[in-house]
Amino acid sequence: MSSETHELGFLRKYVFSLDHKVIGIQYGITSLSFVFVGLVLMMLMRWQIANPGEAVPIVGGLLEGVMGVPAAEGKISPDLYNMFGAMHGTIMIFLGIVPLVFGAFGNYLVPLQIGAPDMAFPKLNMFSYHLYLWGGLVMLASFLAPGGPAQAGWTSYPPLTTIIPTDGQTYWIIAMVIIITSSLLGSINVITTVIQLRAPGMTWGRLPFFVWTEFVTAFLLLLSFPPLESGAILQFVDRIFGASFFMPHDLIVSGTPMADVSGGGSPLLWQHLFWFLGHPEVYVLVLAPMGIVTEIFANNIRKPIWGYPAMVGSILTIGFLSMVVWAHHMFMTGMGSNISMFFQTTTTVISIPSVIVMTCLLLSLWGGSIRFTVPMLFAITFLPMFGIGGLTGIPMAFNSTDTVLHDSYYIIGHFHYLVAPGTLFAVFGGIYYWFPKATGRHMSVKLGHAHFWGSLVCMNLIFFPMLVQGLAGMGRRMSDGGANYSLANPSNEGVVGALSSTIMGLNVLIAWSVVALALFQLPFIFNFFYSIVAGEKVENDNPWGATTLEWQTPTPPPHGNFAEPVVVYRKAYDYSLHFKALHAQEAPEWGSVAHLPDFEPQNLPVSAETVGAPE
Amino acid sequence: MSHSQHEAIPYTTEVREDTGLYNGKLGMWLFLASEVMLFGGLFSAYVFLRLGARPGEWPHGLLNIPIGTFNTLVLITSSLTVAMSWTALKLGDFQTYRKYQLVTLACAVGFLAIKSFEYYDKFTHYEVWLKAPLAAGEHPGLAGHAAAPDAEVPSVIGHVEGVGPFETLASLEEAGATSITIHPDKYHYRLTAWQQAERTMKEASMEGGSAGAEAHEGLTIELSKIARLSALVPRHSTFFACYFTLTALHALHVAGGIVAFAWLLWPGARMWREEPERYTNRIEVTGLFWHFVDLVWIFLFPTLYLL
Repeated sequence: MSSETHELGFLRKYVFSLDHKVIGIQYGITSLSFVFVGLVLMMLMRWQIANPGEAVPIVGGLLEGVMGVPAAEGKISPDLYNMFGAMHGTIMIFLGIVPLVFGAFGNYLVPLQIGAPDMAFPKLNMFSYHLYLWGGLVMLASFLAPGGPAQAGWTSYPPLTTIIPTDGQTYWIIAMVIIITSSLLGSINVITTVIQLRAPGMTWGRLPFFVWTEFVTAFLLLLSFPPLESGAILQFVDRIFGASFFMPHDLIVSGTPMADVSGGGSPLLWQHLFWFLGHPEVYVLVLAPMGIVTEIFANNIRKPIWGYPAMVGSILTIGFLSMVVWAHHMFMTGMGSNISMFFQTTTTVISIPSVIVMTCLLLSLWGGSIRFTVPMLFAITFLPMFGIGGLTGIPMAFNSTDTVLHDSYYIIGHFHYLVAPGTLFAVFGGIYYWFPKATGRHMSVKLGHAHFWGSLVCMNLIFFPMLVQGLAGMGRRMSDGGANYSLANPSNEGVVGALSSTIMGLNVLIAWSVVALALFQLPFIFNFFYSIVAGEKVENDNPWGATTLEWQTPTPPPHGNFAEPVVVYRKAYDYSLHFKALHAQEAPEWGSVAHLPDFEPQNLPVSAETVGAPE
Repeated sequence: MSHSQHEAIPYTTEVREDTGLYNGKLGMWLFLASEVMLFGGLFSAYVFLRLGARPGEWPHGLLNIPIGTFNTLVLITSSLTVAMSWTALKLGDFQTYRKYQLVTLACAVGFLAIKSFEYYDKFTHYEVWLKAPLAAGEHPGLAGHAAAPDAEVPSVIGHVEGVGPFETLASLEEAGATSITIHPDKYHYRLTAWQQAERTMKEASMEGGSAGAEAHEGLTIELSKIARLSALVPRHSTFFACYFTLTALHALHVAGGIVAFAWLLWPGARMWREEPERYTNRIEVTGLFWHFVDLVWIFLFPTLYLL
């Protein structure tokens, strides 16, 4: 027990903290900042797509100042567009969403929800945050590298990465190795914590679903990230020591033989190593959000989650299957029909457990007394948004349809539906939901509504048109947004399949929706900082009336988390059961949870039940 | 300060009943699982590239098998002494632990020293590709061998007189050289390991080993007749790229183990007086890591040296 509460200096308290909650918040703020950087890159790209060949307004001069030649005259040249595209993907996935759902939420909540005083290895935890921060800074520094940052996509496919002579790609590799190491240490910490530090009575069947999702996520990171690390090492040796792991014999690019840097390698090798991470990574992006949504659901429908065992079984199945589906990202390489049959089968099979989770959540709503709080709005929206993302993915599971759709905007729309209104909405919901525990204050509901409705409408106006554009045949990597292939281009007159003005006009709609989406984040940013200092104070330690252990701590939880040793007596979501017993005798007013609890915290001894509800 | 915090976290030293583990041990096993995937990725890359290599392009017999074998023994010995040192600590005998760990450190450092000797040998060992290929008959490394894979071979491989590591054709030209004198190897790497062994046996039975002497005669080649020249470094071929990447990553792990063991042996040994059980656990966990590093080498050695 840390009974002697000696004051720690600023550095020890906020920068080099060993407390999992501080580290979680560090992760949260850092990763949200990276998401913001990714958003800005995206805005620039979308503006250029809608206005090909024009200089970027307002920030054009700044761009030219920072990026030099690729941003000549304040325009986003195709090269700069490639850089922004590569960095948008890399930053959003590796520096934004993953650290947000795993580093921030995982660190803050997992020890609290299992009744542990901290993570199993606090120093390792601190170290992994700092590695992540430095990896991120190296990635950002690559913008200032001569020739600009990486420009071969977030997937860094080799013939391109090796042919581009600038240093940006080397920065990318080094940053990735640092970030991967950070993720590995983090995942070791989470798994050990869940296995070793569960409070007495916290059996596997009583774990909140969120802890299960983080547990599976940690295993995915632990086992699928190292092959990418080995790929990054090989690419590093290629670039620095002149090896040729990924460059085939007799490669000729634009008429120039690449004999100096080429021979004996295989670009496919990189794709295998990359996607062996890449696909489990998709589930890293969605599992923890599913967990967040489940926590918010249980609390706001005031009844136990329907099908908890099926959901746990499903995510374990997802965990296993996600390791054997990777080559569906590589149908375009022209693989043999036997191999492609295997990966088509596993890919379609993995959609079953995902659907089970979604179905359980949907059925949980049945008969609930749903409270439409701000977190619940985000959580409930996750279902249809994730649904669109998931269902539009099914054609991509089959080689024949994938071949047509893969390089079109359709696939951009598909996975952004999963990650933006899916994962990000769950994350926003989670922030609104746990904010009172972390700060002792509520976030403003009005601003929350503005944020929610604005984001919902804008995200759909951004991503749905992409599905339409993709089906109309618009390619996904064109810096002019397809203008060259549109009917507006005189040389395309009478060409079947040339992009119509309606399809091209969607680019403008998307660009303005992006601007609106950014504006609708302002209420959130303001709300977040304003509420820390001036939000409405929470009335007690458990303002939402929740069963899980993080709400049974002082607010905000002190170092060591729990005031007294925790013992767990119940399942994770014992809502309404007790209330039903009371309901049989008298008819209490709905919603007045403050004086008549309709929930039983996990650490409430079972014997107390009889006191509250005499049979 | 950290002391009081650590006590708040359960199972740092004592074993949790239902898992039978303390935190550090589980953490190390998980770390090793990720390491298996890391080296697994690299081994898979090796298999992938080797299966895809053109016939005759995968070199054989360029690594020093006796030295590699000796190094394997050195590393296995160190694994043994780590286990012995842990046992000594369990029995409360710090002095014996110390002696065994000194042997471990000596073995680990010795391994790296031998490895760097091997590395240096490769850095100064050159392959020279000629513009006009040599017929098998006039090639010093293939002469007299019926099973040569090609009638003509474009390269000679061996040590070059008076040339240091990492030179290229361009750097030699820049230095003003006009020709080099190469001492070709006894065999050309285009012979498979089996063919090389066959040839060695044949020579031993017929001539009593005189072939070795002729292979050391220098061969002078003008730079103008050379198409490419490379030391046996990652740039040389996919095989050497694999060799250096895998063994260097392994050597980094060995170095990490040395740092950990040395830290525990000297500055970290204070813990033995205060918390002997926790200190013993640290040796056990570091030992697990060391055995893994050892195991990786046991896979690396046959894969790179023998196959």
